[in-house]
Amino acid sequence: MSGLAILIPIALFMGLCGLGFFFWAMRNGQFEDLEGASHRVLIDDEDAGESSENSDAET
Amino acid sequence: MNAALPLHDAAENAACEDSRFAVPTMRCAGCISKIERGLSEMPGVAAARVNFSAKQVAVSHAPELTEDRILRAIEKLGFEAQILAENPLAEDRGDTARLLRALAVAGFGMMNIMLLSVSVWSGAVGVTRDLFHMLSALIAIPVIAYSGRPFFASAAMALRYGRTNMDVPISIGIILATALSLYETITSGPHAYFDGAVMLLFFLLAGRVLDGMMRDRAREGISALLGKTAPGAMVVQGDGTTVWTKAVDIQPGMTMLVAAGESLAADGVIEQGQSGFNMSMLTGESDPQMLGKDDAVLAGTMNMDAPVHVRVTATGRDTSIADIARLMDEAGQHRSFYVRVADRAARYYAPAVHSLALLAFVGWMIAGAGWHQSLLIAVAVLIITCPCALGLAVPAAQVVASGALMRKGVLVKDGSALERLADADRVLFDKTGTLTMGQPRPIDTDGLSLTEKMVALALAQSSRHPVSQGLVRALVREGVTPAELSSVQEMAGDGVSALWEGIAVYLGRAEKAGAHISTALTIGEESQLIEMTDMLRPGSKAAIAELTQLGLSASIISGDRIEAVSVVANELGITAQAGAKPEDKVETIKRLGDAGHKLLMVGDGLNDGPALAAAYVSMAPGSASDVGQQAADSVFTSDSLMPVVLAVKAARQTGRIVRQNFALAIGYNIFAVPLALAGMVTPLIAAIAMSLSSLIVVGNALRLRGAAK
Repeated sequence: MSGLAILIPIALFMGLCGLGFFFWAMRNGQFEDLEGASHRVLIDDEDAGESSENSDAET
Repeated sequence: MNAALPLHDAAENAACEDSRFAVPTMRCAGCISKIERGLSEMPGVAAARVNFSAKQVAVSHAPELTEDRILRAIEKLGFEAQILAENPLAEDRGDTARLLRALAVAGFGMMNIMLLSVSVWSGAVGVTRDLFHMLSALIAIPVIAYSGRPFFASAAMALRYGRTNMDVPISIGIILATALSLYETITSGPHAYFDGAVMLLFFLLAGRVLDGMMRDRAREGISALLGKTAPGAMVVQGDGTTVWTKAVDIQPGMTMLVAAGESLAADGVIEQGQSGFNMSMLTGESDPQMLGKDDAVLAGTMNMDAPVHVRVTATGRDTSIADIARLMDEAGQHRSFYVRVADRAARYYAPAVHSLALLAFVGWMIAGAGWHQSLLIAVAVLIITCPCALGLAVPAAQVVASGALMRKGVLVKDGSALERLADADRVLFDKTGTLTMGQPRPIDTDGLSLTEKMVALALAQSSRHPVSQGLVRALVREGVTPAELSSVQEMAGDGVSALWEGIAVYLGRAEKAGAHISTALTIGEESQLIEMTDMLRPGSKAAIAELTQLGLSASIISGDRIEAVSVVANELGITAQAGAKPEDKVETIKRLGDAGHKLLMVGDGLNDGPALAAAYVSMAPGSASDVGQQAADSVFTSDSLMPVVLAVKAARQTGRIVRQNFALAIGYNIFAVPLALAGMVTPLIAAIAMSLSSLIVVGNALRLRGAAK
């Protein structure tokens, strides 16, 4: 029984954290461009020359 | 790399303006970086951010930098772009976001209450059970108050107008279940239905969210295709200077200076100059008409060749474009009578559920179970029959199907369009721009040598005439590069002449015009005829054959001349009606509708707008006018006509899956309702039955992933 007094608040707290995080993510526009995010991984930030070459080949 | 791009000199602190552009042609990571980098290097641009899913770029820039210049910069980077007006769909998107938040809260509540409920089911008794019920109540009541609002609001609305919908039994069930559970909790009873109520909310919200997301996605796709309508004109002042005037501020009697390539913002009469006008917005015909002094010109038509002065005779709501818009509004009215499958089901289902629950209550009262026990059973009946699976049956199937169609380039605006598409039993095609590409193309360019091609391309590039533009498109596709010309001159309506390495070259009207539209290329003394034709869309014949096989007999309805229409009709082997004005098209559609046909209209032009709105269901190609795209239920973005067939097939398959889902949901009720009526449904059974039926329905809907093959 005494374990419950700790475990239930922890469960609730973690759930609320998840909920709060989801709300934050929505407000922050994290779900605005789901497809774009998967492409952005491929953009090479350091080497501008190479990435523009790639885009020339693909477009 | 997700952070905003670095700020640039000029635009550091100054109030930045935000503009949005549609860039439908971006396809890869390279395009994203090219656009973002290229734009942020531009002086005055603070940040550029690509939204790849919506195919849009948001640019934050200094007020001095006009949208026009950014547009040109994007074009210079190698992408077609359009300026987008202030997001008119923001409100609708907010709707889905609200539902999504409600879903998240319901999900949070459901998981935590389940955690507590599982302990109760596994045998917690006495103080522990009461404590758990109390905690459940603490979580459930705010969650239900927050997440239930969409249903409560809709139910209240229906009741206020004396009607009932799916949300009424849902709301009553949830409120009764919560109230009763609260009573149980306070009197330390054995059963609380908090878990059932919250779970019900969760599944129903999931259905609503899916429905909303599908609509948003399609709308976003379409708004990315839409351009901005003619925003204004250069108005000539008393002293001869011109001032840019917005369309709403233009008054009859003013004189507009319309440059070549501009659309007219108002109806008027030509005062000075002569030029060819592209009337395709009104007639669907792309061949320009030569108009001179005292000829009437209409808003929305495009001036092709030379600048003209136009005295304004009618503006805004009085223009013939506005007339068409009104016709379209009226035509679209009757379509709103269509009742969606889910609502039709609700019409029978809701009263049945109400009376069943009431019967259970009365029956158990008569049997002497006491009001508490009877009410508990009535609530169990309400919860168990509450259409979780029914709420998911339709949207889940439609979301999966429309996602599959979208990958094939067909945007369906909402679920009801998918349902209506499945019912269609006749199809009417517009000719120009729908069955045909709407742009003349050379029949073959093999007769031309490479130098001739290079000269022809260079000449054609300097004209906006549809024939020239068709030639440019064909030659560019062949990989021809333009030759260098000097002293290029365009003679309005006749052609383009120039000097190429000292030789006079000319591209323009042919002396001997045959059955086709053709153009002549002259280099020095030699002359070559390039025959052009408005080609059929690839796969038109196969598409029509397949549609016939599916039971949709096809015919053509066109505003074009009978000779031009009969050529296409003969080639495709279908019947045709030629010379139809917009109101004639609506008339024909009404007549066929009254005869019991469910008509699919496929058209593109502004002149098809009313017909698209009047038809039972309609589709437009992506090349269609803004009006056409807005009026149609669905837009397909490919050159081929095959997407029409694909959409009909997918819609029918969706219909089948939806019916299966209904059967599954009702089958579940047949099994569960007797249990509930007998008073044997505990919260545990309700929870299991509800999630199981929902999962089965969603799983069945997922089979539609391959629907558009």
